Amino acid sequence: MNVIQIDKLSVYYGDQQALNNINLGIPEKSITALIGPSGCGKSTLLRSINRMNDQVPLMKVKGDIVISGVSIYGKEVRTEMLRKRVGMVFQLPNPFPSSIYDNIAYGPRLHGTRKKKEIDEIVETSLRAAAVWDEVKDNLKQNSLSLSGGQQQRLCIARALAVNPDILLMDESTAALDPLSTQKIEELIKDLKKEYTIVMVTHNLAQAARVSDQTTFLLDGEVIEFAPTVDLFSTPVDQRTGNYVMGRFG
Amino acid sequence: MQEQLFSPKDPQVLKAEKLQIASRRKKDSSLKLLFIAATSIGILALILLLATILVDGLSSLTPDLFKNYPSRRAASSGLKSALVGTIYMVLIMVPISFLIGVGAAIFMQEYAKKGWITKIIQLNISTLAGVPSIVYGILGLTIFVRGLQLDRSLLSGALTMSLLVLPVIIVSAQEAIKAVPNTRRDASLALGATKWQTVQRAVLPSALPGILTGVILAVSRAIGETAPLVMIGALTYVAFLPDNVLDQFTVMPIQIYNWISKPQTEFHDLAAAGIIVLLVMLLVLNMIAVILRNRFQKNL
Repeated sequence: MNVIQIDKLSVYYGDQQALNNINLGIPEKSITALIGPSGCGKSTLLRSINRMNDQVPLMKVKGDIVISGVSIYGKEVRTEMLRKRVGMVFQLPNPFPSSIYDNIAYGPRLHGTRKKKEIDEIVETSLRAAAVWDEVKDNLKQNSLSLSGGQQQRLCIARALAVNPDILLMDESTAALDPLSTQKIEELIKDLKKEYTIVMVTHNLAQAARVSDQTTFLLDGEVIEFAPTVDLFSTPVDQRTGNYVMGRFG
Repeated sequence: MQEQLFSPKDPQVLKAEKLQIASRRKKDSSLKLLFIAATSIGILALILLLATILVDGLSSLTPDLFKNYPSRRAASSGLKSALVGTIYMVLIMVPISFLIGVGAAIFMQEYAKKGWITKIIQLNISTLAGVPSIVYGILGLTIFVRGLQLDRSLLSGALTMSLLVLPVIIVSAQEAIKAVPNTRRDASLALGATKWQTVQRAVLPSALPGILTGVILAVSRAIGETAPLVMIGALTYVAFLPDNVLDQFTVMPIQIYNWISKPQTEFHDLAAAGIIVLLVMLLVLNMIAVILRNRFQKNL
């Protein structure tokens, strides 16, 4: 079943068109990779799903994205609600300069959770879910900026999980990490798909091949090919997809 | 060309290069001397100022100075009313200018759409920061003293001073808010925060030390200002403490000016002592600003 249905989506930044007539159905509890050369619109597409693009001045949207039957560009939709259901992890780890505990508690507190006991529980389950609990459980009051890059990124994943989303968007979330940290996060992502629908942008083709269930290849703001990852990498239908995954251009 | 550069063994080329470097070095060292001289002039002037003031003022810097009201006799003169007036003025001024200044800065940085209107407002704020203080005095006289009929009161003075420091506070608060990385706003918004929640929880905690630094520097400027308060009619001779905001008042720089303009040298010593007190106040405020700034840098 498709939890995200992208329907004739076009996005413009001023006069420039970033996405052109995207149609895509993303199945529930799976990992979808968005690949393509720089400037192809994959980040724009990702940021359209939780409307983080609204921040960009002069941004215009045509078409729609439907998540669980709700048209997210509809007038009655509140982005606060949307983003609670669609979490996001960014390219660079961006913890707040406060304690590990307060980082995780940030989201629940935003949405009105006040009871200490409840927050304690959320902090533990989120950190466990993001496979970072064992490393930080004794130092929850420690400043999060003292963690390593990989730990910070898993903390950011835990922070996103703490508001109990259904969908997790990852914008090149391992691009700034070393191979070992990357591996840990890849394992974590594979584990998370039991509970969450994950859409990830990646520059790393090997990563897309290792981790994702289906892959979308974008070029110049259009979907060139969308197929199960195995098929897209082994028997691409479109020649441009073939050239890209073979590394003939990038 | 290549060859000249990479074949220093040719004695003629070598000699020319050495000469050329020697002349560059000479320019370098003579300019360095010039810069040292420029720095020393500033420092010397400051040392000279401090020395003369300390020589003149230290003898008058007694507990009596803080206990006595101004008087016609130098021996029983003090700056109690001026010191208290300055402190009261700051206490009224800070909350007013902080709330309005930071509010305006938050609006300009976080809410206002970037366009020609915001550009014009921005230009205005920056210009206002450089307007001579006497102009604010005229403004205060028109609005607060006459318009709102607050008379020559402590409140008029504090409000006028708030106007004076507002542009400085707005600009420095804007800078502090701008320095907070956007990734932090993104993190907050992506968790479903509203704009205000993001400003309150993700932006302001990081920007606060910078904002406070700006406020303190603005306040220390206000403490030394005389012109606008003379304009709105702060008194030079106040033998009482203001007990509500509508009372008349005086402040340190006015008291110092008053003493300096008297013919008797005893009063000049009192003025020097007053300057010492004022300088110490400024020094303490600036130290707090430095401490805050250091904390700020650690947090970034």
